[in-house]
Amino acid sequence: MNSQNQNKAAKESSLCLKGGRLVGAGDKDQQADIWIRDGVIQGIGEAPCDFKGRNIDCRGKIIIPGLFDMHVHLREPGFEDKETIQSGADAAMAGGFTGLACMPNTQPVIDNRAQIEFIRRQARDHIVDVHPIGAVSKGLNGKELTEMGDMAGAGAVAFSDDGKPVERSGLLKNALEYSRMLGRPVIDHCEDLTLSESGGMNEGAESTRLGLKGIPSISEDVMVARDLLVAEYTDGPLHIAHVSTAGSVRLIREAKARGVKVTAETCPHYLVLTEEAVREYNTRAKMKPPLRTEKDRKALVQGIQDGTLDVIATDHAPHTIDDKDTEFDSAAFGIIGLETALGVILTRLVQEKIIDIRQLVEKMSLNPRRILGLDLPGFKKGLKANFTVLDPEKPWVVNANEFLSRARNTPFNGWKLNGKAVGVVNGTGIWWNG
Amino acid sequence: MQLKSRHLLGLDGVSREEIGAIMDTAFSFKKVLKRPIPKVPTLRGKTIVNLFYEASTRTRFSFELAEKRLSADTLNFSTSSSSVLKGETLKDTIRNIEAMKIDFVVMRHGASGAPHFLARCIDASVVNAGDGIHEHPTQALLDMMTIQERLGKIKGLQVVIVGDILHSRVARSNIFGLKTLGACVGVCGPATLIPREVESLGVTVYPHIEDALAEADVLNVLRIQLERQKGGLLPSTREYRQLFGITRQRLEQTNRKVTILHPGPINRGVEIDTDVADGPFSVILDQVTNGVAVRMSVLYLLAGGKGKFEGEGNE
Repeated sequence: MNSQNQNKAAKESSLCLKGGRLVGAGDKDQQADIWIRDGVIQGIGEAPCDFKGRNIDCRGKIIIPGLFDMHVHLREPGFEDKETIQSGADAAMAGGFTGLACMPNTQPVIDNRAQIEFIRRQARDHIVDVHPIGAVSKGLNGKELTEMGDMAGAGAVAFSDDGKPVERSGLLKNALEYSRMLGRPVIDHCEDLTLSESGGMNEGAESTRLGLKGIPSISEDVMVARDLLVAEYTDGPLHIAHVSTAGSVRLIREAKARGVKVTAETCPHYLVLTEEAVREYNTRAKMKPPLRTEKDRKALVQGIQDGTLDVIATDHAPHTIDDKDTEFDSAAFGIIGLETALGVILTRLVQEKIIDIRQLVEKMSLNPRRILGLDLPGFKKGLKANFTVLDPEKPWVVNANEFLSRARNTPFNGWKLNGKAVGVVNGTGIWWNG
Repeated sequence: MQLKSRHLLGLDGVSREEIGAIMDTAFSFKKVLKRPIPKVPTLRGKTIVNLFYEASTRTRFSFELAEKRLSADTLNFSTSSSSVLKGETLKDTIRNIEAMKIDFVVMRHGASGAPHFLARCIDASVVNAGDGIHEHPTQALLDMMTIQERLGKIKGLQVVIVGDILHSRVARSNIFGLKTLGACVGVCGPATLIPREVESLGVTVYPHIEDALAEADVLNVLRIQLERQKGGLLPSTREYRQLFGITRQRLEQTNRKVTILHPGPINRGVEIDTDVADGPFSVILDQVTNGVAVRMSVLYLLAGGKGKFEGEGNE
């Protein structure tokens, strides 16, 4: 069974996952076989004895609806030295994801139908579903709306100028009104650039000691507050990307209580790391927004627990070695996360009993698809097969050199983790590394 | 004693004993500098590259003179940041330097942490001659040597650093070093130029210069850079002088003998008035003299020299 290349997915017309523990939406956990033909679930329970096809022993494994990462930078077109659609989707597969949404800050920018079609065509045969996000403004210029309707028709699942904020409140108002009509969310990278300026890490005791220019937490909070007000006024579907501060969590919680149509995500690194990771000028801990304080980290964890934060996404941001192997001020912002997210969340949140596996499924599989209006995978006869198979406590050590991503910029290299994906099934596609 | 590290990247984390050893050795080198032939063969055969990515006159001259007084072979590599923008990365420069098999790199760079990055990449000893807004350890060492020389002690003294603390590597190194030696350290300046949570470094913040002057034994007056006005952090240098300038009038009101340091270059009439800078309490020129001795001491100790330098005779 392990003869196949662990870096490649295969096709399987007839497949049976035997004896895994199934954890999905709402259902009670059950231990059962799932048998699949031509990518469609034929049954759940005890597989018929005349079943012919590939059998995989999943005893001791947990099978969940396929993971989905709604915040990924695939860098193609334009920055293929950092990542390509193929290598990024491969990394997603190896990390246990069956789907992802990719950000439009490429070169050229994904701001029209042709670019949306290009992304989809490049990813068409991959086991991981790649859903492009279109830009809010043409060329990310922050001024003119893109042809959002045309892009939605071609398969854009959301709109974002990610990497930059939508600075002009007027543009955000128009974008939210327009996207409400289309039923697609606007995802905003919340940053007041006049407050973050040339900062490289969180502003506070650590930046003072290291002599690095700081990015104050209010550079995020101020923009989140504005976005929430504009979303409330327009009733437009707003999704707030990569929340990093206690202030944002509080503002989003209050807005949700008022009934504002808003969803929000944070990332594994904000849940387990703080600004202290930057010590020694570690450029692999440099990202935007920056790692914050322990107080912020705790607030984010609470936001995940109480549902203020709907999604855990990676903000997978690949860079070359040279982009990062330099003095801190010159180093690129961003870290990769596709191949570590599940292990980090299982080890630091699930095994620490901060969330349970069911909440993990909500935050990393179902909620992102709900927000983007995609079909939800599950365990029901007639549904398309779309699963992630976890070995929930398998010990492993992160080795960036083994990543399928082209990039190595992770702060988690060398971390000892417990639990990882050993397989993904998406339709007739299967990747197995058990 | 020998230094624990083969680099001097900053004073953050350097022990009291090590700072003491550097200062003691510097005092003995100061005697060497007063000899008719102020030169010793200590670093003969050693090669030192002075890698300056930022304009510097006095620090570079001071290091160069220290190196020559120790008989080292020196190379000067000065580059403006524009040539870096043309494409050569710091990493490439470092690889080239490493291939030349040198013993020391003295580095000045506009990015905080750049010498730390260098130190991770090469075998040579790295001396930080100022990195971004982080540290300038030899400046703080010469400041402390000058205070010790003038007041006979450092422990228990009230030292206030005045000016643009936010962008000052001199301030950070002084804070780390002075705290380690047991001084009480204060900072004083416009609120926009005081770094956030600076109290976490163990210093007191004086919002008004009058309060600082009422308590200080030593003032270390920092240069106010004109760029800060453009950056919106200061309304004007005129207002800075009104609120924080060290004037004779302010000094006379205190009735205290306050020793005045300034790392230079001085903006006369902005952060400090000429009659104060050139007055009896100023030790600004002693700082320059001590700078050479301190840098000799640092290079000597990093090269493996032990304890006090007793002199190896004149050549």
